Amino acid sequence: MPDESASQSRGGLGVEFVQFAKRYGARFALRNVSLSIAPGECVALVGPNGSGKTTLLKAAALLIRPTSGRVQFSASANGDGRNSHDDSTAIKRYIGLVSHSILLYDDLTAEENLVLFARLYALDSPEDRALAALEPAGLAARGKDLVRNFSRGMRQRLAIARALLAGPKLLLLDEPSTGLDRAGQQWLGETLANLAAAGCTVLMSTHGAGDSNAFVTRAIRLIAGSIAEDSAVSGDARTMLAAALAAHQEA
Amino acid sequence: MDLARPIGILLAKELRTEFRTRELLVSTLVFVLIVLVLFSFTFDPTTAESRRFGPGLLWLALLFAGSLMLHPSFTREQSNETIVALRMAPIEPISIIGAKILANFCFLLVAELVLLPVFAALYNLRIVPVLGRLVAVLVLGTLALSIVGTVFAAISSQARMRELLLPLLLLPLLTPALVASAEATAGLFESPPALAPVWMGVLAAFDTIFLTVTWLFGEYLLEE
Repeated sequence: MPDESASQSRGGLGVEFVQFAKRYGARFALRNVSLSIAPGECVALVGPNGSGKTTLLKAAALLIRPTSGRVQFSASANGDGRNSHDDSTAIKRYIGLVSHSILLYDDLTAEENLVLFARLYALDSPEDRALAALEPAGLAARGKDLVRNFSRGMRQRLAIARALLAGPKLLLLDEPSTGLDRAGQQWLGETLANLAAAGCTVLMSTHGAGDSNAFVTRAIRLIAGSIAEDSAVSGDARTMLAAALAAHQEA
Repeated sequence: MDLARPIGILLAKELRTEFRTRELLVSTLVFVLIVLVLFSFTFDPTTAESRRFGPGLLWLALLFAGSLMLHPSFTREQSNETIVALRMAPIEPISIIGAKILANFCFLLVAELVLLPVFAALYNLRIVPVLGRLVAVLVLGTLALSIVGTVFAAISSQARMRELLLPLLLLPLLTPALVASAEATAGLFESPPALAPVWMGVLAAFDTIFLTVTWLFGEYLLEE
């Protein structure tokens, strides 16, 4: 079934980090990161645990304030830069996030969770949107079940469906294939490829090569909160990124 | 700024979740009931004694129950980091706090209305003649407890020792509202019953001040 969210993401939202630093206590999670991701670009973030990948994604999601520097966004239509905190409520409408946690209520059903977020995003026909999101995730038959009764893989599928619900123009994914079985990873890969083809900007942290990396065009390696490597991935993207990941794992 | 729509959506979510699990309401009802029954054993519940001690004990029990009930309102948003999903939504952050305050207000008020007949029976007090005025005091006092309690539940939810921190922050700050609520309630059981405007004024002022402060600085409560 075609993924409705992919067709909604016409044009991406670019994101730029300008001398962005984030410190937790005495430790810097990110050190003066300057990075520009153009609208429609698909970028993989690689690096060891604690290298700053999650913090970078949180910064792009406007969930943390910088210690110094800033994040700004630009749409593909006009390319105008906008400071993150000037109009953050409006920008959030276009950002989808798949986090380490599922960001869903255990005591609501899958359908109730999606309807809740469809309403918060002021989408038309929230019930229909929820059902349409459950279908491609393979959860249509379990829509009336409480999320607390879902398996790890089903919870992850629902978390991805929630992130795609409003048709994001910037999709942030933190190791999104965690918990997914082979079929789930294939679904994720196809969904992300469709979104990328529709022009959605994708920024994804990953630890391994797989279906979800096949569409990636750029890989950024973070080490200790700084960018160690930033390289284009061309040709056979899967092979190239796999090489980049292998290089990172050897490093 | 459209606040009514997201507050309504989130309030409906809070009520749906609570009435499905009944975690907060049942534990609060049982806790207040136990406290009121135990207090009633400590002195002879003649009408004169009850007039002196009853209202204070009622509000003290509600304050303890409030600290018990308010604590999970934010900590249960942390199990799956649902608070992050709410912060990601294109809504004003203050609407998240506003919905929590309203939900806690509703839960506490329901608990109070259920417990009121028990309180009257245990402490030999006639509440029917003063019911309207008593509800007015309960509404203002509970609103104070809900506003301050929700704000400090948000603050303490990100701290270590959070279970201990909430009552430590809450009890001193709520003292003026507690005194005003107890005094206003006590006036209703005097002969003749009287609703002291000064204590109602204190409660209204307390609610207004803390609502305003929450409105101005509430969005910072949700940040990491």
